[in-house]
Parts: sequence; C-alpha cells; structure tokens
Amino acid sequence: MIPVEAYLVVSTLLFFIGVYGFLVRKNLIGILMAVELILNAVNINFVVFNRFLYPDHLEGYIYSLFVIVVAAAETAIAISIIINVYRKLKDVRVDSINELKN
Amino acid sequence: MAEYLTSIDFAGLFTADNIVFFILSAVILVCGFMSVASTKLLRAATYLFFTLFAVAGLYLTLSYEFIAAVQLSVYAGGILVLLIFAIMLVKNLGTDTETISYVNKTIAGLSALAGTVFAFITMSKFRFISSEGANDAAAKVDMEMVGQTLMGTDRYQYLLAFEAVSILLLACIVGSIVIATKSKED
Amino acid sequence: METITNLSPIILALPFLMFLFLGLCGNKLFKSNPNIAGWIGTAGLSVVAIVSYYIAIQYFWVEGKGADAYQQFVLFNHEWLKMTDNLVISIGFMLDPISAMMLVVISTVSLMVHIYSLGYMHGEEGFQRYYAVLSLFTFAMMGLVVATNIFQMYIFWELVGVSSFLLISFYFIKPSAVAAAKKAFIVTRFADMFFLIGILILSYYTNTFDFLKLTAVSDGHATLVNTKMCGEMFMGLSVTSIAMFLIFLGGAGKSAMFPFHIWLPDAMEGPTPASALIHAATMVVAGVFLVARMFPVYFFEAHDVLTIIGYIGAFTSLFAAIIACTQTDIKRVLAFSTISQIAYMFVALAVSGYTSEHEACLGYTASMWHLFTHAMFKACLFLGAGCIIHAVHSNEMNAMGNLRKFMPIAHITFLVSCLAIAGIPPFSGFFSKDEILVAAFEHDKVLYACQAFVAGLTAFYMFRLYFRIFWYSENPAHAHHTPHEAPMNMNIPLIVLSVFTCFTWLDKVFPFFPEKITADRVGYELETNWIIAIASILVAVVGIAIAWVLYLKKNDKPDMIAGKLKCLYISASHRFYIDEIYLFITRKIIFGGICVAIAWFDRHIIDGFMNLLAWISRELSYDIRDVQSGNLQQYAWGFLVGVLAIAMFAINY
Repeated sequence: MIPVEAYLVVSTLLFFIGVYGFLVRKNLIGILMAVELILNAVNINFVVFNRFLYPDHLEGYIYSLFVIVVAAAETAIAISIIINVYRKLKDVRVDSINELKN
Repeated sequence: MAEYLTSIDFAGLFTADNIVFFILSAVILVCGFMSVASTKLLRAATYLFFTLFAVAGLYLTLSYEFIAAVQLSVYAGGILVLLIFAIMLVKNLGTDTETISYVNKTIAGLSALAGTVFAFITMSKFRFISSEGANDAAAKVDMEMVGQTLMGTDRYQYLLAFEAVSILLLACIVGSIVIATKSKED
Repeated sequence: METITNLSPIILALPFLMFLFLGLCGNKLFKSNPNIAGWIGTAGLSVVAIVSYYIAIQYFWVEGKGADAYQQFVLFNHEWLKMTDNLVISIGFMLDPISAMMLVVISTVSLMVHIYSLGYMHGEEGFQRYYAVLSLFTFAMMGLVVATNIFQMYIFWELVGVSSFLLISFYFIKPSAVAAAKKAFIVTRFADMFFLIGILILSYYTNTFDFLKLTAVSDGHATLVNTKMCGEMFMGLSVTSIAMFLIFLGGAGKSAMFPFHIWLPDAMEGPTPASALIHAATMVVAGVFLVARMFPVYFFEAHDVLTIIGYIGAFTSLFAAIIACTQTDIKRVLAFSTISQIAYMFVALAVSGYTSEHEACLGYTASMWHLFTHAMFKACLFLGAGCIIHAVHSNEMNAMGNLRKFMPIAHITFLVSCLAIAGIPPFSGFFSKDEILVAAFEHDKVLYACQAFVAGLTAFYMFRLYFRIFWYSENPAHAHHTPHEAPMNMNIPLIVLSVFTCFTWLDKVFPFFPEKITADRVGYELETNWIIAIASILVAVVGIAIAWVLYLKKNDKPDMIAGKLKCLYISASHRFYIDEIYLFITRKIIFGGICVAIAWFDRHIIDGFMNLLAWISRELSYDIRDVQSGNLQQYAWGFLVGVLAIAMFAINY
C-alpha cells in the first residue's frame, strides 16, 4: 500500500518544478507549459486526497475534472493571445513584451 | 519524514504497486524537470507530454479511470496539440535554443527549493489519517456516480459548478476566436 | 426723518452701481462715443450730490438739532459679518455733523471733477474706465464718512486706497505712473496695517466696533473705553494710547503725514482732476476725519497721543511748506501744499478741547472748517493747474509765465484760491486758518509760532507759484502753440469752486461751522480774535510781498538767495532726501542686510528641508519603481515569496 505522503511528495516536487519553470522560462509558451505542470501537481493532490481521505464522495474527483476543463480553456485563450502578441510584436519573449509600459 | 523513512518496510518495497508508483513518479518528475529545463521548446513539449501521460497513469493506479481518460484526451490530446501548434505557428520557436542566465536560474531554483522545503516541513507536522475505504485502493468509481455528482443538486453534488464551467467554456470559445481573428487592418 | 432714511441708501448704492455699469459694460457699450459714459457718470453723481445736499440741509436745519446738541442718527445698519455676539461688522449709514458736512464736500468736489473731466479727459484712452473708477472712489469715500463702525470705515478706507491706486496708475504705460501707484499703495497699506492692529486692540478690549458706543461720553470720560481699557498697560504704555496711536498711524498714512508723506507728491502722476478729487480734497483728509471721528477717545483717554499728533502735524506742515518753496513742478508744489494744509488740520484737532463752553472746542471746529475750505480751494487750484497743464503741455514752471493774458478765467479763479490759501480775507482760507491759529495760540504757543510761520511760507510759495505761472517772464517758452482758454465744461467747475471760496465770509453773518460742527455737537458763538487775525493777515501779506519782489518779473534775486542758502535750498529741493532715506532703509538695510539673512535661511534651511523631503521621496520612488518592472516573472517571484511568507506565518501561528 502506497502512503498518502508519497503522492504528496511527488505532487509537491512537481509543483515546484513548475514554479521553477515559470520563473526561468523566457517565452510565453514555455511559461504556459510550466503552468500546466503546476495544475497537474494540484490535480494529483485533489485526486489523492479524495481517494485516501474521503473515498465516499467525489469532491476532489469532480474538482480535478473542473481544473482540467479550466486548464483547457485557459490554454486556448492564452494561446490565442500569444498568437496575437506574436502578430503584433513578432516576439513572444516576456522581457520584450513591454509595450504597455510606455 | 524521518518517521516515514523508518517505518518503511524495505522487504515489502518491491510490490507491483510500488514499482509502478516509483516508475510513474520517476517519469513525472524527470520529464517534468526536463520540460522546464530543456532549451528547445519542442522538446520541452514532448517531455510535458510524457509527464501528462504518467500523471494519467497515476490516476489509473488510484482506479480513477475516468479522470485518467479525461487527462489523456483533454491534456495529452487537446492542450498539448494546441501548444505544439502554437510553437509551430510562431516562427523559429521550435528550433531556437533558449539561454537563461545563471543568476535567474539560481534565484528561481533557490526560491523553488525554499518552497519545497517549506512544504515538506509543513507536511511532516501533520499526519494524514486514511479513512476506511482508502485501503481499498482498487475500489472502482462507477460512471453513474460520477454522473450523479456532476448533474445532481444535492449535497456533494455540483450542478451549479458544472453549469458555471460550461458557460466559462463557451466564453472561452468565443473569446479565443475573437482574440485570434485577424482584424481587417492587420 | 423718514425721507432721509429712505434716501440715504442712494448715496452709497448709486455710485457703486455706476461703477459696476461703467466698469463692466462701459468699454463695450460706448466704444464709438465714450463721452456718453462720462455724461452718465456725471448725471449719476448729480443725483448723488442733490441727495447729499438734501440730506445735509434736512439734518442741519430740520431734523438734526436735538434738545441741546446735534443728534447722531444711524439711518440704517445692516449686519454683515457676525464674529461673536458683540463683535459684529455692519454696513450702515451714520449721520452726524461731520459726516453730513463730508457728504457735501465729497459730492461737491466729485461732481465738479466729473464735469471738469468731461473736458480734461476728452479723447483719452480708457475714458470709461476713468469714470468707473471715479464712481468707485465716490462710493468708497461716502461709505467711509458715513461708517457706523470702525471696521466699516476700515473696509471703505481700503477701497479708497484701491481707487487711488487705480487712478494714479491710470496712464499705466508710463513707468513713472506705475511706480508712483505702487509707492502710494505700499506706503498707505503699510500704514493701514497699523490701523488694523489698532482696531483689533481697541475692539479686543471694548468688544465693539461701533462708533456710537466707542465715542459715547459721560463725566469727562469716553465711557466704554475708560471702563474696559483703563489701567491696561503694555510695556509701560497704556494700551489705549497704543491702540489710538496705531489708529492715528493709519490716518497719517492716508493723510500723508511725516514720515508717510512720500507717496503724495508722486501720486501726481495720475490725471490732474483725479489728483484734485483724491489727493487734494477728499481721500487725503480721511486721516483727519478719522481722528475727528474718534476725537472723544483721543481727547479723554489718549490725550498724550493727541499731543504727539499735534507735534507731528506741526513738523509736517513746516517741512512740507519748506519743500513746496523749492519745487518747480506745479503739481508737486500743490501736493506739498496739500500735505502742509492737512497737517494744519491735525494740529487744529490736537489743540482742541471737547466742550463747546468758552469756545474750548474751537480747534475741532477749525479743523473741520479748514477741511471744508481747503477741499474747495485746493480742488480749484488743482483743476486750475489742470487747465494750465492742458494749455502748455507741461508741468514745469519754466514752460509757463505770462499766462494771465491767455487764460483769464483760470487766472482769476487761481488767484482767488491762492488768496484763500494764503489767508487773505474775505476768502475762505482766512477764516478757517485764523481759527486754527487762535486755537493753537490758546493751547500751545510753540505750535502757534510754528503754524504762523508756516502760514507765511504758504502765502510765499503759493504766490511764487501764482507769479511764476501768470506773470514772470514776458516771453515764456510755450510749447509749440499759443496757450488758449480751456473749454467751458472745464471752466464752470473752477468758477463754482471759487464761488464757494469767495462766499465763506457769509459764515460770519449766518454762523454755520461754530454752531453746528463741534466736538460735543452743542455749538457756540464764535468771537473773532482780532489780534491773531491781524497778525496772520500781516504774515500772509509779508509772504505775498516777498513772492512779489522775487517772482513778479524775471530777475536774479531768487538764484542769489538760493545761492546763499545753498545747503537748505538743495536739500529742500530734494525733499530733504526722505525718499533716499526710505530707499536706503529698504534697499540697503532691509533688502541688503536683514533680508539677505532671511533669504539665506529660507533658501537653504526651509527650501533645503523641502528639497531633502523631495529628494528622499524621489530616491525612494526610483527604488520602488524597479518593482513595477512589467516583468512577469519578477511579479511571479514576488507572488511566490509573498505566498510562502503568509503561509509560513499562518501555519506556524
């Protein structure tokens, strides 16, 4: 039997890998991928808590479904924005997108 | 952590369940790290794909087949394809290598490490008491129950949230079309 | 009584409305024909004059006389600003002998000046503005003399200051006019500051601004001031004296007493009729009027101040008369003569008693009388000087001479006024000046001697002026063309004013001033002191004779005398260097000495502190600015750190 903590360790590590990626990636799509990792780590937590602590209900289960849905929506929107930004600025690196500043 | 380590039965370590879990965890973590560390974006997307795949496997080991299926179809099938499309659409993005300064890497790494340590310390302070059904890891969740929970209006049922999410999705469809459409003057 | 009460607001309202109308719409409406503005102003002022005359006549001969004394009527008193229950600033209308007399003086001179200006200012740029400001001045001066309380007086006091400023700077393209206006405003304002402080001290102790309460007299005391302020000392001086002296300083500023006299000669930069109205006849006597208004307080509670006023007056009159002997600009001669004559009025007040018994308050009567006669003949002199300047296009005596042949009316009226100011009977100046000398003689021999000498000097310098203008050289260097008589609308005021001057002797037959204008408002019968009268006539004749000898024909005697008295002559012609002393004090000592230190403190300490604050916030802002880099990942990092910190805090506590 695998204990809860093992899953939590995995999700924690995955979460902070995602955070690391978010912090270092320079282009928007890379950042978006890091966000996916973070969401996955959260999903793992939801599912694991549901399974091990409240197996009778499906709260974590349903919420992880919602998270996946929202992630999909977010990705769709984010990518359309990125495409648009690329059209305007011919660049998708965060440090060069500073037009609003001026 | 220490208690956890001492409590491990090393002889019973190599059960099938454990081996599967270790392999999946290893794939998740290694591919996850590679996907953020890789300098080429297309590779990173590929690593991400493996990570998502392994997460789906993790759901399967918890006998949540439906989520695993959704994970595969939506994430691996939908989102990732979208991402790859985006990478392809943006000129040179797939083949360019990305260099990140060591200062940035160090700061981000240290921050992430600090977060990890903090999370582990916090975790070690609490014990998670598994409930009865938890041992029965193989207990299936039948689809009827999932459907009831999604569409029901009772306690622990989430029709409202479901509807909210569906409106959100609709908004996203419209929004992404509007944003991505080329305006005439472009 | 009801009629007067109903009519009285017209005196204030009509000039004010005229000012608003001419000031706001005058330029637009009467662009093509500015004379209409002048006619409207004159017509309005005629109405005011008629109302003033009516009120004065009603007051003096019908309504005013009470059981034993003239009453003080408050026709209306509208509460304007209520500071505390007692300290209320009202705008009202008080009628008593001196204010009724002032109504006559102001409206007469103002009307004459309005008529005169129709000719004198004809075709000037800003003709409408000129009439608007004249109306404003009339309004302010009327409000000043009928004030029911000292604060109302102060408000109108400042308003006359403003209109004086506006009229002096009427030719504002001339730098000298601008400088003169600034000088007049600053000097009088500086004096008014003392006036305000005096008012504040007085009202702080007595809890009222009201003249009726302040000047109420019983048992040989100004009751209110005596009960409230008696025995209050500050730095070894009685507070009453300090307050009353400060109030006098305000009056000294407006009335150009030494050492505040420096603005009046320069104020002659304004149009001549405005000088006649403001800087000769009405506004400059406001200080005299103020002291007369507060006379019971001065007399009973601050008699030491009254003595000081007397000596300041005597000194100023002598000082100004000496300077007047040496000036060559005819308007300046008249300006110094004005200073000298106003000083006379102060002296008269200072030597006055309070009650009408045994002619004790002769000085008071004489002061007001002289105010009246002086307003008439000095306005006439100024307007005459205006005609002359109009004719020869110069203020300088050297450009004049022999004008009697060209301008007979100006000549006759000027001569009458000169005889009046010199104190030759039967012209008005003789009577009023004689009473002043009598009062001074009975009170203080030193003051008498001084004033008698000044009377001689006055006769001398006025006839020097007269001879230089109308006789002297046979072939003067008239500018460009032959001088000609002024138009009728300029001559009529001269004639009217000289008629006033000629017929004052009627007072001897139908006594007016001694009977009606006295400090306690009771009245007495005046007996002529023939010894003093003959002495003053002799002095005047001697003065005129000297002028006759020196200036009837062009000769070298004046230069010879000037050469002998070189030191005195030069310093007098430079006005005893008072302006230079002022400049030295302000430029060198205040600006160059004290202000440098203050400026250093201000620039380096005060500004430095402010700059330090600014510098700190700028530096901080620059530091903080980097936080708002627009860099997404920096924000994410901050967010992460924040979340960790909050989580750590939340979980551990």
